[in-house]
Amino acid sequence: MRTGAGVADEALLDVRDLSVEFPTLRGTIHALQGVTFRLQRRETLGLAGETGCGKSVTALAVLRLISAPGRIRSGRIRFEGRDLLAASETEMRGIRGSQISMILQEPKMSLNPVIRVGDQVAETLLVHDRTLSRRAAREQAAAMLATLGIPDPRQIVRRYPHELSGGMAQRVMIGMMLVTRPKLLIADEPTSALDVTIQAQILELMKALTREIQTAVLLITHDLGVMAETCDRVAVMYAGRVVEQGPVVRVLKNPQHPYTQGLLKTIPNEAATDAPLFSIRGQVPSLLQPVIGCAFAPRCHQVMEACRHAAPPSYRMESDHQAACFLHRDRWPHG
Amino acid sequence: MTPTTTGRTLDSGEARRRRTEARWRYLADTFTLWRRNRLMVIGTAIILGLILVVLMAPFIAAQDPFEQVLGDRLLAPSAGHLFGTDGLGRDIFARVIYGARVTLTIALLVAAIGTPLGMLIGVVAGYLGGAVDEILMRLADVFLAFPRLILAIAFAAALGPGVENAVLAIAIAHWPSYARLARAETLNVKSNDYIQAMRVLGAGKVRIMASHIAPLCMSSIIVRMSLDMGTIILTAAGLGFLGLGAQPPVPEWGLMVSDGRQYLVDQWWVSTLPGMAILVVVMGFNLLGDGVRDVLDPRQRQA
Repeated sequence: MRTGAGVADEALLDVRDLSVEFPTLRGTIHALQGVTFRLQRRETLGLAGETGCGKSVTALAVLRLISAPGRIRSGRIRFEGRDLLAASETEMRGIRGSQISMILQEPKMSLNPVIRVGDQVAETLLVHDRTLSRRAAREQAAAMLATLGIPDPRQIVRRYPHELSGGMAQRVMIGMMLVTRPKLLIADEPTSALDVTIQAQILELMKALTREIQTAVLLITHDLGVMAETCDRVAVMYAGRVVEQGPVVRVLKNPQHPYTQGLLKTIPNEAATDAPLFSIRGQVPSLLQPVIGCAFAPRCHQVMEACRHAAPPSYRMESDHQAACFLHRDRWPHG
Repeated sequence: MTPTTTGRTLDSGEARRRRTEARWRYLADTFTLWRRNRLMVIGTAIILGLILVVLMAPFIAAQDPFEQVLGDRLLAPSAGHLFGTDGLGRDIFARVIYGARVTLTIALLVAAIGTPLGMLIGVVAGYLGGAVDEILMRLADVFLAFPRLILAIAFAAALGPGVENAVLAIAIAHWPSYARLARAETLNVKSNDYIQAMRVLGAGKVRIMASHIAPLCMSSIIVRMSLDMGTIILTAAGLGFLGLGAQPPVPEWGLMVSDGRQYLVDQWWVSTLPGMAILVVVMGFNLLGDGVRDVLDPRQRQA
């Protein structure tokens, strides 16, 4: 093992070699194939990648909410040094919502249509504290909503979800997930269902609030702009693996993996408005077979013979920047 | 509502006013739909009449339903005995009036026992899925394989005669259709994001089922229940008729129909009039149930 015990204890979340698979009629889908990343306390880590690369599955796996028949085949998930894969379901229930929370994509779909929003925020508290009275929980819920920049929270708590706008519903959702002051907040594309004008507001709010209650954030997004503004570090995923991770500025300014480079090139450039839009040639590999070699090899313009035979390990560059690509074999020490 | 792209909502007074207004409009629409549906108006009137009869029985019926005047056996309907008298000289009108109490009690008890049981089983089966679902639903299938009346007869025969046992027997025959309905609703609801959100924040299965799934099953369960009341009453009367339900001298309509069989040719009123009571009440519940379904259906409201 590369890191000593002392260093591993420092990380809030330490995910290593995580593999998740979903048996289906057409064969087993290998959704995650050895995902490794770490998240420090109070840090915001962005998880980027295109649709189907395993971002959401990674989030659900951390909460142990992969629904059957999907299962975590191997790997390790440590949260504050505690092995989550060994925890009992009861222990996990205690962790979900109070230590680790998650904001889902569609705020309006994530609120129960027949329950007043205040009661839904209060429910998070009631789930984790059986001694708390409903009334006290409601008070706390209203106080929480007040800190979310919701005007007149006393009135809003009595509304039903359909009476709220999308941005307002997402604020309520954030309140619902942060009212217990968890140590880690997973945000699964929290703004993709919202109007562009509100996206910035919601992100700003999330940033301010998580800083205040010292919550680390795992932000899942395919929007590299959002990532650049919000994250301390990023991990780029491709076909169920993390291909590159490092401080956000380094990864975006100086990408080391051909996939990350390609991804950044797809962003339309203001300077060259008449240039054709760039796209990475080829298609995402089928996850029905475990990928042999580098998953990106068939689409990579710098592909080498080695790429087709073995999955490249992570090569570590200066300042915590890693890329899983054989191009760095000679320049940097392995792992 | 105007789109509130900035995340700002209506101010509180305005919102409250609009909500109150919407509620009144909903009630007014309901009333219009109700009035437009003539059969439902009739059904409602019958059921309201039944409730009135149940509450006011001693004031409506002058005679004691249990008092036997053997000298007045088998009198034809007249001013003194509106529905005539039966083979033991009891006033049939009084017995039909008091019989409404027995009938309504049975129907409500069956609904109060069988419906929650069916709902519980259905929600649990639907939410947990897998082996639990298979076992519970195959059990329900076993019950559904028999006609309700036959099943109720079998259970009543095994439990022994009496109103309490009749209630139990009918409830046992009654839960599976509710279990199916609740299961279907549960399957529909459980894949929603807000159920996932509850799991994400650490809610247990029991909490999710009790406070997030069961309430959403209620509306279809209620509609089904109002449609089923007639069947329950018929089954209860059937059991009474066969001697497996209420026992003499309880003034139960099915039992009274049965008592009058031997006089059917010469003294038609002994059987026929309690039978008419069954007919009218069952019809009332069916008309009302049909109407409730239509009124609660949001698609009907478009018109």
